[in-house]
Amino acid sequence: MSKITIPFGPQHVALKEPENFMLVLEGEQITGSTINLGYNHRGMEKAAEGRTYIQDLYLIERVCGICSHSHTTCYITNVEELAKCETPKRALAIRTLVAELERVHSHLLWIGVAGYEMGFETLFMYTWRDREQVLDCLELLSGNRVHYSINTIGGVRRDVSAEQKAEVMKRINYLVERTNYYIKLATEEPTVLARTQNVGKLPKNVAIERNAVGPTARASGIISDVRKDDPYLIYGELDFKAISHDTCDVFGRLVVRALELVESYKIIKQVLNNLPEGPIAVKVPMRIAPGEAVNHYEAPRGEDIHYLKSNGTDKPERLKVRAPTLANLQSVSYMLEGGWMADVPLVIAAIDPCMSCTDRAVVWDPKKGKKQTYGWEELRKLAIEQYRRRGVDFTRL
Amino acid sequence: MDAIIPLVKITVFPGFLFLAVYGMFLQWVDRKLCATMQNRMGPPWFQPIADFIKLLAKEVIIPDEADNVMFRVLPFFAMAAVMTALFSIPVWGTAMFSFQGDLIAVIYLLTIPTVTFFLAGWSSKSPYATVGSMRVLTQLFAYEVPLMLSLIGPAILAGSWNITEISAFFAARPSLIPAQLLGFLAAIIALQGKLERLPFDIPHAKNEIAGGQFTEYSGRLLNFFLLAVDMELVVGAALLNAVFLGGALGLTGAAAIGLFLAKTLAITFLLALLKVLMARIRIEQMINFCWKYLAPVAMAQVLFDIFLKYKIG
Amino acid sequence: MKKPARVFSEVIKHLFKKPATCGYPFEKAHIFPNFRGRIAFESDKCIGCQMCVRVCPAKAIEIPLSAEQPAAPAPVEGQPAVPAKKKFDCIMKLDHCVYCAQCVETCPKKALIMTQDFELSSVNRKDLRRHYK
Repeated sequence: MSKITIPFGPQHVALKEPENFMLVLEGEQITGSTINLGYNHRGMEKAAEGRTYIQDLYLIERVCGICSHSHTTCYITNVEELAKCETPKRALAIRTLVAELERVHSHLLWIGVAGYEMGFETLFMYTWRDREQVLDCLELLSGNRVHYSINTIGGVRRDVSAEQKAEVMKRINYLVERTNYYIKLATEEPTVLARTQNVGKLPKNVAIERNAVGPTARASGIISDVRKDDPYLIYGELDFKAISHDTCDVFGRLVVRALELVESYKIIKQVLNNLPEGPIAVKVPMRIAPGEAVNHYEAPRGEDIHYLKSNGTDKPERLKVRAPTLANLQSVSYMLEGGWMADVPLVIAAIDPCMSCTDRAVVWDPKKGKKQTYGWEELRKLAIEQYRRRGVDFTRL
Repeated sequence: MDAIIPLVKITVFPGFLFLAVYGMFLQWVDRKLCATMQNRMGPPWFQPIADFIKLLAKEVIIPDEADNVMFRVLPFFAMAAVMTALFSIPVWGTAMFSFQGDLIAVIYLLTIPTVTFFLAGWSSKSPYATVGSMRVLTQLFAYEVPLMLSLIGPAILAGSWNITEISAFFAARPSLIPAQLLGFLAAIIALQGKLERLPFDIPHAKNEIAGGQFTEYSGRLLNFFLLAVDMELVVGAALLNAVFLGGALGLTGAAAIGLFLAKTLAITFLLALLKVLMARIRIEQMINFCWKYLAPVAMAQVLFDIFLKYKIG
Repeated sequence: MKKPARVFSEVIKHLFKKPATCGYPFEKAHIFPNFRGRIAFESDKCIGCQMCVRVCPAKAIEIPLSAEQPAAPAPVEGQPAVPAKKKFDCIMKLDHCVYCAQCVETCPKKALIMTQDFELSSVNRKDLRRHYK
């Protein structure tokens, strides 16, 4: 049978964000795929260098819409580490609370998207309806549904009152009940099983080799969860399980995310019931002492890594973000190979991709006012120029 | 005068105009039911008409690569075939053109839209449309046999290949209608495949291959394809009503019309229910399902009907 | 364990339920009291320190001097003349604003206030540049 190459994206119904997959099809079966990134770079890391630490907070929040709290928390942990500030216990607890609510919102969103990609629109509608409850919780606590902006340098911006706690508890109890129903639905409905089992296989060794993170890795039997491996915030004092599943397919990823929802509800209840007393923020000077810091954070999609270098002024010298999608994308082409055309959207959706998080190269020329794509050689030349101006010579390398 | 009555029948009632309007109405009912079951609001009653008018006003874009004549003619071909099929189905009372063997003719005519979908995708020469049209054809081989088998059952029992006679047979013996349950369910599922609706909307699965066979279609031409699909829903429901449910059950006048509307709405409800209950399956799973489960079920019904026929004598 | 049509009972139940969605423009969404909406400005509290301008991540605020300045209070005998309190305007660019409300927190005199106003879209770009006096 003759082979046809099909472009999947950058504009495609199944993809919410612009990325491109070139699929080589043999009938309905995929024999090869190439992933092209770079349709959505916004120059955020460079922009961060021109803003103060407090302004960066709101910029970093917009790296990703869904894991906005993850990115700011990771960034702010770096800043606070450099400023050597003692963040109050209550602030850390509130951060944990928002982080888990965010995980609930992200995972419910994912289950809906997965339902939509496999053509199960009823599941999509129901989960997104229930997701409104957790979005309401977030709006109640932070003042916005998506960009919570709850973090500030040295603590959090809003306290949790007793009424808010009762309101959140009520909604979480409803969600617990609904999630148990969805777990039953997803594991018993034959058409869902038919679409997810043995689809997008990622064996354990390949997952390690390709550096999968988050639920994608955990569904391949790798128990890696930053919350357990290197507890940050107040995760060390909380009682929860690290979920993993060993079917290595989309079904495993579905189960991992659904069970993680249950764990998140447990964490939210624990945090709300044992909120430590005390102030919610401490004052931190505008200027941050020079130094370097790296931190990682378990975002809903996987391990998020931030690197921050300060130079003693009120603006960072360098900020680097490694979003979880970048780590997971490497395994997508492996998962697609040999699969069916019909499974492509589901396999891509199964890593919960967030391309806006991932694309971060600068190809914008403000002087000419037009876009330009730089090749590898040109980029290297530009980098050498840049560092020579700062007094570092890389030409001999 | 003699020439005018058939002309009115063909163009207005129960022909083209009725078919188009009722098709749009059933489309709305289907969407509204799905929305209610998914806890949404759904569209207002005039949505299908608004969609129709909007698409009529849109520009028609024909790809350079596409076969110009084929591309333009196919939507009308699909619509004409569906309309012709209705003439032999008794909407109430007797059909407009009833003859011995019209069941076979209707099945054949209902295959034509599917073939035009395939040709439409194939002649637009875009990758998505090509994949979609290949799926249309693959799917055709999956559901066509169960659909035919399930329709043959009642025909054998009634001892006639005439749809009007079959429905008259069941109208005279209503006790035999429940005995056709298996065949009816198989036919409903196969009809879902024929209408390319969830879980069998594989040829134009929007998350996979965008618009499928209709990817390159736009404006008026797309509009007529969509109208043909709506009409096919009416014709399919009317066919199942006539073959399995005894048509008008011997009633005449307004009662017959009411019964027809009630039964087609009930069939639409079943189709809508199928749509919300399941996830879309893969093409190879659909073929497996249709040949492993649906065709044997329909075959069992046929055997049962032969046995019943022997018993009744 | 496979159960075909697992959602059946749920789907039938919803046939008799009201939709969860709301017809938004006719029926207003419920907004919680501390929602971060449009920022309002009270001119008589503002001292023109420009803290909000400096902290704004989106460069959405300008605090210019008002065109009309209040007259200096009448000098009281025996005391040095009090200079007039300067009056400031606020130009809020709603298309730039990211509604983080950092300015509200930074403002030392609480001249900027957060409102729950969220229906701010407009077809006219000039409407988005609000000039508070």
